[in-house]
Amino acid sequence: MAETLLKVAGLQAWYGESHILHGVDFEIRRGELVTLLGRNGAGKTTTLRSIMGILGKRTGSIAFEGRETTGMTSDHIARLGIAYCPEERGIFSSLNVDENLRLPPVVKPGGLSIEEIYKLFPNLLERRYSQGTKLSGGEQQMLAIGRILRTGATLLLLDEPTEGLAPVIVQRIGEIIRQLKSRGFTILLVEQNFHFAATVADRHYVMEDGRVIDTVASSDVQQSIGKLQSYLGV
Amino acid sequence: MFELLGIPPQALFGQLLLGLINGAFYAMLSLGLAVIFGMLNVINFTHGAQYMMGAFAAWLLLGILDVPFWASLVIAPIIVGLFGIVLEKLLLKRIYHLDHLYGFLLTFGLALVIEGLFQWKWGSSGAPYPNPIPGGFNLGFMFLPTYRGFVVLAALVICLATWYGIERTKLGAYLRAATENPTLVRAFGINVPRLITLTYGLGVGLAALAGVLAAPIQQVSALMGVNLVLVVFAVVVIGGMGSIMGSIVTGFGLGLIEGLTKVFYPPASNTVIFVVMALVLLIKPAGLFGQTK
Repeated sequence: MAETLLKVAGLQAWYGESHILHGVDFEIRRGELVTLLGRNGAGKTTTLRSIMGILGKRTGSIAFEGRETTGMTSDHIARLGIAYCPEERGIFSSLNVDENLRLPPVVKPGGLSIEEIYKLFPNLLERRYSQGTKLSGGEQQMLAIGRILRTGATLLLLDEPTEGLAPVIVQRIGEIIRQLKSRGFTILLVEQNFHFAATVADRHYVMEDGRVIDTVASSDVQQSIGKLQSYLGV
Repeated sequence: MFELLGIPPQALFGQLLLGLINGAFYAMLSLGLAVIFGMLNVINFTHGAQYMMGAFAAWLLLGILDVPFWASLVIAPIIVGLFGIVLEKLLLKRIYHLDHLYGFLLTFGLALVIEGLFQWKWGSSGAPYPNPIPGGFNLGFMFLPTYRGFVVLAALVICLATWYGIERTKLGAYLRAATENPTLVRAFGINVPRLITLTYGLGVGLAALAGVLAAPIQQVSALMGVNLVLVVFAVVVIGGMGSIMGSIVTGFGLGLIEGLTKVFYPPASNTVIFVVMALVLLIKPAGLFGQTK
């Protein structure tokens, strides 16, 4: 069994005065693809943002490759090899597609080259001199994923990459995520779309009210479908 | 000689040249303000004082260490830029999360303190700075002092170089991205606080560079930036807060408009820029080149 890449223990986090995470525990091993499932407001995005160090106040422990990161600023955390693809995609409108793609600095060797990324997302190559925010939603999502592949980060945090996209694009993103996993990336995926998540992940953590309340391995999904549906309210 | 609407050409071109020179300073100063505002979200009311400090730095370098103008053109902006970096690290960075008003109060207060200190030490009458390129050309329709021609060209080069640096380079891409979403840029591994400090240093350095260029034209005095900075704020508002190209075009354009007003209706020359500002704000509140957020 592969080593633990990320271990989150007793993580609590706040947005200003509101206490969002009440002790989150989970771990990801190198090369795994793990999802955080849960309803709106369960704390999935907050968990990703806490790992990335974007939230102001957090307590508990987040260890990446055995190093405690809760005291670090987000630029420092990124340089350890964690990359974040936010739910709102965060494409910069004052940068063209190519500049968006080249923006995140390379933090470690082993990332994809620009050519490989354009090969993975041929649409982006065609539109590389367009303003980033002029792309379609699907293209923007591909750009948001593409630009974190260059940096050499080993852990990718993807926040709802399929949100609001047409089924054919969702399928394409699913293929890409599987390819990334086969290339050795470790991925933490936040999803509302359980059917999508079930097709790509090794394991699912279910979150509710700022805690992880259950773990379901992908091989057990069929047996646990009733339980999962009640968690997710679908 | 021909006449235009009863105006002798010497007067017309003379005022146009003056307008162009003033415009060059408006452009350089508003450019620095735009860069600072875009990144720090602070309206840098200390800009006029920093412009004055640039002129003083050149004057002191010449007077005390015999440093020639051309070397001061590089050294003075670096000194004043470093002073800006210290200001940012000590004071400005503490107010980014607060309302614009606090940035205004802080930078305005700093300007008063700095200008007061210079006035206390060197008085307010001003000192001359020798013209580094005396002489000029007779263009037939007017006489062009070489140094003034140089200032206009230098300002153009400085403005275009700054534009290029921001719009076409990697560092510029970091700046633009961090202006839009500093949190995400930081989460990509870029030290955004350092980027902000450097941006402020760069903006202040630009103001000081304008000050060095102004020294041989104007008297070097503690209050030389006070009136100028008011006009420059109007330029920034007309061009659109934070717009780089807007600052450059508007700076030169308004200098020319002011020059023309001096020819055709001199009493209005001090107010014409503010009239333009009011009109622009009525029609396009975000400024000519600004984007509404």
